[in-house]
Amino acid sequence: MKNINRAVLKKILYKMLLIRETELEISRRYSENQMRCPTHLSIGQECVPSVVGTFTNNHDLCVSTHRSHAHYLGKGGSLKKFISELYGKSTGCSKGRGGSMHLTDLNAGFVASTAIVSSTIPVGVGLGLSSKILGKKQIIIIYLGDASVEEGVFFESLNFAIIKKIPTIFVCENNFFSVYSPLSVRQPVNREIYKMVKGCHIKSYKANGNSFKNVISVFLKAKKIIKNDSQPIFLEFETYRRFEHCGPNLDDHLNYRSKNEIAFWKKKDPINILQNFLIKKSWMSYHAINIMKNLIRKKINLSFQYANKSPFPIKKDLSKYLYK
Amino acid sequence: MRFRKLNFSESINEAMILSMKRDKNIICYGLGVDDPKRIFGTTKKLKELFGSKRVFDVPVSENALTGIGVGSSLNGLRPVMVHQRLDFFLYAMEQLINNAAKWSYVFGGVKSLPLTIRLIIGRGWGQGPTHSQSLQSLFLHIPGLKVVMPSNSYQAKGLLNAAIFDNNPVLYLEHRWLYNNYAHVPKKFYKLSLDQPQILKKGKDITIVSMGYMTNEAIISDKILRSYGIQSEIIDMCVMSPLNLTKIFNSIKKTKHLLVLDTSTSICSLSSEILSQIFRGCFNDLKSKPEILSLPHVPQPSSFGLTKNFYKDYIDIIKIVKKILRINKNIRFKKNKRTFHDVPDKKFKGPF
Repeated sequence: MKNINRAVLKKILYKMLLIRETELEISRRYSENQMRCPTHLSIGQECVPSVVGTFTNNHDLCVSTHRSHAHYLGKGGSLKKFISELYGKSTGCSKGRGGSMHLTDLNAGFVASTAIVSSTIPVGVGLGLSSKILGKKQIIIIYLGDASVEEGVFFESLNFAIIKKIPTIFVCENNFFSVYSPLSVRQPVNREIYKMVKGCHIKSYKANGNSFKNVISVFLKAKKIIKNDSQPIFLEFETYRRFEHCGPNLDDHLNYRSKNEIAFWKKKDPINILQNFLIKKSWMSYHAINIMKNLIRKKINLSFQYANKSPFPIKKDLSKYLYK
Repeated sequence: MRFRKLNFSESINEAMILSMKRDKNIICYGLGVDDPKRIFGTTKKLKELFGSKRVFDVPVSENALTGIGVGSSLNGLRPVMVHQRLDFFLYAMEQLINNAAKWSYVFGGVKSLPLTIRLIIGRGWGQGPTHSQSLQSLFLHIPGLKVVMPSNSYQAKGLLNAAIFDNNPVLYLEHRWLYNNYAHVPKKFYKLSLDQPQILKKGKDITIVSMGYMTNEAIISDKILRSYGIQSEIIDMCVMSPLNLTKIFNSIKKTKHLLVLDTSTSICSLSSEILSQIFRGCFNDLKSKPEILSLPHVPQPSSFGLTKNFYKDYIDIIKIVKKILRINKNIRFKKNKRTFHDVPDKKFKGPF
């Protein structure tokens, strides 16, 4: 694991903590009723986007889904603009038009997240087509979930990316649920997503999405393959969302997920895994991690203050941006 | 010779070639764009001139390819996507409505989305319910799209150039029955306005608002009516979205009478929208009840027997103009030589 060094892991931990602490703060403040839009929290799913964000640069592009906070922050999207967008303010990354499910930060290469399942998949392939035709040498990250592969447009897009050898990495975060609907009612039991996709003639791999080691190793392998020969790659990462599908709370009491299952994934918390590794290796102390956390919390507080103070978009600008 | 006559498909082809020469970031794709028929000749020579990187055939995946158009336009290209029939494009409503139309607005104008989608509307020779839908009105309901529908070769070239170089998603609707119509078309590159409809004939007696192929019929009817001293002002809705009715309002102030022709059924359509806005905006200028001439509210049947009188033509227009203007005298004219009602000309049959 030559790519695992202290500096890289500290960077990944920073991103994971930034995502976790931001999401927890959203959860805490949601009842203030200032964030008047649906929010899909990424708590429990911080590892994949933190690794992806660490090993891509601002030139590489990314598209994402309704559960996009982690993808946006992992890619380096502006925190202030993100919180302001949740507050519906004119300083938001989408100037208050998009809300939590329509994030963008072109400076960070985060092109967009949208709300409809699988909707950004062809957009990502299109970004890659441009990149290839214009020789831009970008890697395009397309985030999707386990339900995305149930949409026709997923196969259409995948097929086109394969035919045209478009440099895209399909990053599928399999958290086993679409809202409350488990995989078992949506896909044949024992048919693994990455294996099904492999049947379409594409290199396809699976890894534990909560283990930084596994995610780093499989993601870097994908990058290397693309660098040598432009083509799409599919990666499936198993992970687990800790909170409810949409909203600021836990929903364990609804019993759509078994207590055993919840406890199992709690033990696999991606942040604990990385923190323990760093401490064991003496690459970071508890104290150092706490200092990092406090710095992050400060930054988050400042961002919320900024969002709170920012003005709403004005009514006269209602139809602004309808056309470019 | 700066002006020569080109037919509709030659004109589209010329716009494609001139545009692609001007900007190397324009690409053209769609099912059959480089096949032996070249989309009724509209994509002729494109592959030879610009190569297979910029002009390519695609899998039959309308929805993904619309999204791919969105994505590629966001990263530096100006894609032109082609559909031999509009009806197949219905697969792509999710990408069109949720992404293409909303991108600029939803993301606060951070990125332009220069995407042109050519949609061909069929008619006749039994093409029936799913190969001849004229669904322009569906698209007008969606904020953020631009929708154009040329009715002659001059417009075909100028509007396509304008669509391609516009920084927004533009739907470009082509009526198949216009393909063999000729008009004077300048050789040079030119763009027409994407802001408003065009007045094709000036007249003082009645305002006829028309679109696409029906404009042809309106022009024939006007020729006949003029020989009886009745002048129609023909306003062609070649630009439908954004919808700008200023020219129609001004025309009605002058003529006091209105007839709207629609290439489709009138329920929740562009024609009914025009009437609604006219009622609210200049009711007092009207001296007669405005009328709509449109198709029956059923799917287009395939049968030769059922399509007779299904579509409206210049004879129907003359009848309704007489009714609106309360003209009692007989209007005589030589009927055109179209042999059968389901083809625009004798050549039109077989695979198309």
